[in-house]
Amino acid sequence: MADASLGLWTVPLAVFGGAIRVSTPFLFVSLGECITERSGRINLGLEGTLVMGAMSAYGISYLSGSPWLGVLAAGITGALFGALHAGICSLPRVNDIAVGIALMLLGTGLAFFLGKPLIEPTAARLPAIDFGWWSDVPQLRAALRINVLFLIGVAIAPLLYWAFKATRWGLLIRTAGESADAARAMGHSVLLIRLRATMVGGFLAGIGGSFLSLFYPGSWNEGLSSGQGITAVALVIFARWDPMLCLWASLAFGGAAALGPALQSVGITSGYHLFNAAPYILTLAIMIITCSPKRTLTGAPAELSITR
Amino acid sequence: MTTEAAESVEAAGVAPAADPGFLQRTGASIEYILIPGAALVGALAVFGGFVALYGKNPLDLYFYMYYGAFGTAFSWQNTLTRAAPLILTALCTALPAQLGMVIIGGEGALLIGALSATSAALALQGAAPIVVQTAMVIAGMIGGGLWITLSGGLRQYRGVNETISSLLLVYIALAILNHLVEGPMRDPASLNKPSTREIGAANMIGSIPGTDVHWGLVFGLVAAVAAYVLIYHTTFGFAARVAGGNIRAAKIVGLSVGKLILTVCFLAGSCAGLAGMIEVAAVQGRTNANLAAGYGFTGILVAFLARQNPLAIIPVAILLGGISASGGLLQRRLGLPDASVLVLQGIIFVFVLASDALYGRIGFLKGKS
Repeated sequence: MADASLGLWTVPLAVFGGAIRVSTPFLFVSLGECITERSGRINLGLEGTLVMGAMSAYGISYLSGSPWLGVLAAGITGALFGALHAGICSLPRVNDIAVGIALMLLGTGLAFFLGKPLIEPTAARLPAIDFGWWSDVPQLRAALRINVLFLIGVAIAPLLYWAFKATRWGLLIRTAGESADAARAMGHSVLLIRLRATMVGGFLAGIGGSFLSLFYPGSWNEGLSSGQGITAVALVIFARWDPMLCLWASLAFGGAAALGPALQSVGITSGYHLFNAAPYILTLAIMIITCSPKRTLTGAPAELSITR
Repeated sequence: MTTEAAESVEAAGVAPAADPGFLQRTGASIEYILIPGAALVGALAVFGGFVALYGKNPLDLYFYMYYGAFGTAFSWQNTLTRAAPLILTALCTALPAQLGMVIIGGEGALLIGALSATSAALALQGAAPIVVQTAMVIAGMIGGGLWITLSGGLRQYRGVNETISSLLLVYIALAILNHLVEGPMRDPASLNKPSTREIGAANMIGSIPGTDVHWGLVFGLVAAVAAYVLIYHTTFGFAARVAGGNIRAAKIVGLSVGKLILTVCFLAGSCAGLAGMIEVAAVQGRTNANLAAGYGFTGILVAFLARQNPLAIIPVAILLGGISASGGLLQRRLGLPDASVLVLQGIIFVFVLASDALYGRIGFLKGKS
C-alpha cells in the first residue's frame, strides 16, 4: 500500500494539500477585508458573509445545476451584506465594529434559516484541476487536485497589490483610509468610496464562502464555518494590510488548519480538537508577537478604528 | 482630544453619563426608552415581513411569540430561566464597555466557567452540598474571569485588539471543552453525547420556592444590581468611566489604567463564568457541548440594546430570553426553522445600532429639555 511506503511523509503532504485547499476561504476573506480596511473601515461581519455566501452558493448550485452560478450568487449576496454594513455605518455616530458584530449574528442566523432545506440535497460541486497527473502516489495526486478558485485568489493578490500602488482607484481607497479630510478636500465622497470598498470586500468574502460549500468540505451544514471569517479579519492585521502578505499568511493558516485532519489520517487522534484550534491559537500568538501598545502598526490605515 | 473621547465612549455604546440638569436628564431618559423601543418595533415589523415572504402569517407569528414568551406561567418560567445567563453574559460586554472596550467573548468565559465549576464539583465529591456549591461559584467566576482578563491584558500590554482576541478565545475555549469532555474528563458511561461525570443531584442548585425558575435568576439580578452600584456609585466605577471617556485625562489625574482594565475584565469574565456555573449546576448537571448554546452571543445583543447600563440589562435580558423561549413554539406551530430566533436577534441588533443616529435629534424631546 502506498500509505505504508510514504510513512510519516503523509503528514507534511496532507498539510501541504490542506494548506492549498483550506487557505482559499482565508485568502478571499482576507483580500476582501484588506480592501475594506484600506478604505478606513473594519467589517467584522465577514464571518456572517462567509456563511451566507456558502449557503447561497450551495442553494443556487443545487437549483440551477451550475456551481459557477452559485459562486456568482455568493458574491452578490456578500456585496449586498457589504452594502448593508456600509449603509448603516454611514449614519452618524454608528460604530463599525458593533455593526460588524450585528451582521455576524444576522448573517449566520439568516443562512441557517434559509439553508435548512439544503442540508439534505447534493449540489453540483466546483471542478478541480488535476496537477498531479504525472505522479503515481495517490496522496500526492490528492494534494495537487487544485480548485480554480484558489488560482483566482492567488492571481487577485498581486493584482490588488499593484492596484493599490499604481491605480487611481487604489489611491482613492488609500486616501479615504489615511485621511478622510484629504479625500473630501479632493472632492470625493468618503462614504461612497467606503461603500464600494465594503461591497467589493463582501463580494470576495462571499466567494470565499462558496468555496466552503462547493469544494471543500463541499456540503452545506450549520457547522461549516467556525470562525474562519474572523480569523481572516485578524490575519489582515498580521499581514499589515498588504495583499501579498495576505496570500502567504492565508497559506500558513491553511496549513495550520489542515494539521488536525492530517494527524488524524495517520492515526494520531488524541488532541484532535486542540489541533483543530491551531489556526485560532496561531492567530492569537501572531497578534501578540506583532502588535505593540506603544506605536500604531506600520501600514495601518490612519482612519481605522481598530488601531486607535 | 475631546471629540476622540466622545467617540470612544460612543464606540462602546455607553450613554453619556454627565447630565447638566434635571429636565435634560428626564428628556434623555425618555429618549433611552423611546429609541430602543422604536428600534425593537421596527425590527419586529421587518421580521414579520420576512416571515410573510416565507408564507406564514405575521399576526400568527406575533401571537405565538407573545404566547411562548409571556403567555402562560410555564412560558414565563421558561423565559426567566433563559434570562438568568443572559443577564450575566450581557454584563461581560457591558462592564468593559465602560472603559471603551468591546468584548464579545462572553461565550468563551461561560464555557471555561462551566468547566472550572464542574472540575471543582468533581474534585469535592462527598463534601457537603453547600461547600461544593460555593466552590463551584468561586471556581466558575475565577475561570471565566481569568479568560476575559487574558483579552484585557493583551489589549493593555500588547496592544492586541480586544474584540478580535476575545472572539478567537471563544473558539479556543470550545476546543478545550471538546478536548476535555471527549478525553481526560469523559464519563465512560456517556456514549452518544460525550460528557463529564455528573456533579451529583445533591449539589444541584434548586428552584426558587413556588416556581420552576432556578436560583440562577437571583444570581443574575444580584450581579446586575452590584454592577450598577459599582459603576455609578463608587470611586472605582467613576475612575473606570473617566478612563473610558479619556485615557490621557485618566493618566494625568494618576489613574492606573492598566489595573482598571484588568480588574474590570476580570469582573466581566467572572459574570460570564458564573453563568456557565449556573448552567451546569441548575440545568445540565454536567459539562458537555450543550453548554455552547449561544448565551454568550445573545448577551452581546442584550448589552447593546440596554446601552451598556447594568440595570437596563435586566428587562432587556428578560425580553430576549422571552424571544428565545418562544422559538420552540414557532417551530412547532408555524413550522419555522429553529434559526428564526437568530434571524430576529440579528435584525434587532442592526436596528438598535442604526437607531444610535437618532439620539438628540428627535424634535419634541428636545423641546421638553
